[in-house]
Amino acid sequence: MTSRFSLRRALPEVLLYLVLILVSAVVLFPLYYALDSSLLSAGQAASYPPTLFPTEPHFENFAAALQQAPLLRYLFNSTVQSTLVMLGQLITASLAAYAFAFIDFKGRNFFFLVFLSTLMIPWEATIIPNYLFVRSLKWADTYQGLAVPFMATAFGTFLLRQFFLSIPKDLHDAATIDGCGHLRFLSTIVLPLARPALGTLAVYSFLQTYNQYLWPLLITSTQSMRTVQVGITLLQDEERFTFNIVMAGIVIILLPTIILFVLANRQLIRGLTAGAVKG
Amino acid sequence: MAVTQSARSIGSSFNRSTPAVTAARWRALRNFFAAMLFLLPSLVIFILFVFWPLWQNFWLSTYATDPIGRPSIFVGLDQYQRLLQNPDFPNSLTVSLTFALLTVPATLIVSLFLATLSNARLRGISIFRTIFSYTIAVSSATASLIFLYLFNVATGPLNYFLSLLRLPPVDWLTSTTTALPSLALTTTWLQLGLNTIILLAGMQGISDEFYESAKIDGAAFWDSFRHITIPLLSPTIFFLLVVDTLSALQTFTQVQVMTKGGPVQSTDVLVYAIYRQFYFNGNYGYAAAQATVLFFIMLILTIIQFGVIERRVFYQ
Repeated sequence: MTSRFSLRRALPEVLLYLVLILVSAVVLFPLYYALDSSLLSAGQAASYPPTLFPTEPHFENFAAALQQAPLLRYLFNSTVQSTLVMLGQLITASLAAYAFAFIDFKGRNFFFLVFLSTLMIPWEATIIPNYLFVRSLKWADTYQGLAVPFMATAFGTFLLRQFFLSIPKDLHDAATIDGCGHLRFLSTIVLPLARPALGTLAVYSFLQTYNQYLWPLLITSTQSMRTVQVGITLLQDEERFTFNIVMAGIVIILLPTIILFVLANRQLIRGLTAGAVKG
Repeated sequence: MAVTQSARSIGSSFNRSTPAVTAARWRALRNFFAAMLFLLPSLVIFILFVFWPLWQNFWLSTYATDPIGRPSIFVGLDQYQRLLQNPDFPNSLTVSLTFALLTVPATLIVSLFLATLSNARLRGISIFRTIFSYTIAVSSATASLIFLYLFNVATGPLNYFLSLLRLPPVDWLTSTTTALPSLALTTTWLQLGLNTIILLAGMQGISDEFYESAKIDGAAFWDSFRHITIPLLSPTIFFLLVVDTLSALQTFTQVQVMTKGGPVQSTDVLVYAIYRQFYFNGNYGYAAAQATVLFFIMLILTIIQFGVIERRVFYQ
C-alpha cells in the first residue's frame, strides 16, 4: 500500500495519469492499427501517408474476409481443436491432481517428479519424432492429430492439486467411511468445489491451443483442416487479398481471445501468478 | 496407527503374516492401483508425446535417414560433428542467443516500468492493468502479421512517424543489421503482458511494513524502489529471466511469418533452422541433433532456475 503512496508522492496524480495514458497508447497501438486498417478502403490501405483515422469505416471488409477466405472453416477447426484440448486437459489433470492430493500411495514423490520433468522438456526438442509418429498413425489433417498430443498438462495438474489440497482432508475421510468411492468423491464433492481453478485451467488451455502455430503448421496440409493462426498467415501470402482484408481477418480471429481475456482476466491472472510468485 | 505399529513389530515375513499385516498391505496395494488408474491418462500422453519422442530424438540423431524420416545407417556422433563443421549451426546458435539478449532485458525493464505504474493506487487503475496485460491473449501469428505491416519500409506507420520527427527511415526487416532487433521488438511487445502481470503480483506480495519503515527513514520513491522493491522482487525477476530466455530460444512464428530466416540468414534462429532442415530438406537426423543441443541448453537453464528457487525457499 505504502509503495503506492510513495509513488504518488513522487509524481503528482495528474502527471501519473498522463504517463499511464501515454504508455497505454503505445501498448495499444498495434491493436489499434489492426482495427484501423481493417476499416479502410483498398485505396486508402495502399496510400501513403498511412490513414490512421478511418473517417468512413468500411465494415464490409469483415464480410469480404469471411467470404473470400475460408475463415469460418479455420475458426471452426481451431474451436474444435481448442475445445478438445481443453476438455482433455480438464479430465486428465483433475484425475492426476486427485491422486496427488487425496491418495496416499507408494511412489507418489516419484510420479510427481515425472510430471514435473515434462515441464523441462521443450516441445521443440521432441517435434521431429512427434511429427513422424503422428503421421505414421495417419493422424495428419485430423482433429485427433491436432489435439491428442496436448491432452495432458503438468502445469494444470499442479494448479488443480494446489486447489484440491485446500479441501479439508476430513471431508475425504468422512466420505470414504460412508463408502463413497474415489470417483464419486471427485465428481460430487471435489470438482464442484474446485470450479474456480477448473475455470482458470479451461481459459488458459483454450487460449494456448487457439494461439498455437508450429504444430498445426506441420500437421495440417489441406485447406479444410487449417487452423486460424496458420490460415491467416497464408492469406497474407496470397496476392488477391489486399492488406485491409487481411487485417479484417486478423481482427476477426483476434477479437474472441481479447474478449475472453477481458472477461476472464481475474481468474486467468490468479492461475498464472500462483506458480510464479509462490515459487 | 495400530495397524502400522503391529505391522512393523511383526515384520514383513510372509509365513507369519497376521490379518493386520495383510490388511495394511492390501490397503497400500489398493491405494497404489487406485492412484495408477488416476494417473494413467496423463502418463499415457506424457509417454507417447513427451518421453518417448525425446528418446527417439536422441536415437534419430545418431542415424542418417531416408527422405521420409526412416533411419537407414547408424552414424554415431557424425551428425554432431557436422553441426560444428557446417557454418549454419554456429550461426543459428549465435542468432538465437543474440535474440535472447535483445529481447529478455528489454522485456524485463519495460515490464518493471509497467508493473510499477499499474501498482499505483488510483481510480480506474484496473483498466490500465488490463491494457498492460492484454498481449497475453494475442497470438504470435497475429502479432507477427500486424508488425509486418507496421514495419513496412515504404508505407508502414513506423517510418511515417520517424519522418514526422524528421528522422531518416529505418530498413526494419529488410536489412541484416535491423531485422533481428525488429523481431526482438515484436517479441518484447508480445511478452509484456505476461511479465507485467507476474511482476505486479510480486509487488503486491511485498508487505507494507517494509515501506512503512522506509517512510520513517524518509526514503524517496526511487530509494525505496531500489532498496526495497527490487531486492524483494528479485526471485520473481529471476523466475521471469529464465522463463523469458527459454521462450526466446523457442521462437519460431515471428521468424516464419516475418523474415523466413533472412535477410542472409541473419534471423535464422535455432527452431527455424530445425524446421527448415527436417521439413523442407528431409535431414531428420541432422535436425534431431540440433534439437538435442537445444534441449541441453534449455535443460541447463532450467536446472539453474531450480537451484536458485531451492535456495530461496531454504532462506525463507
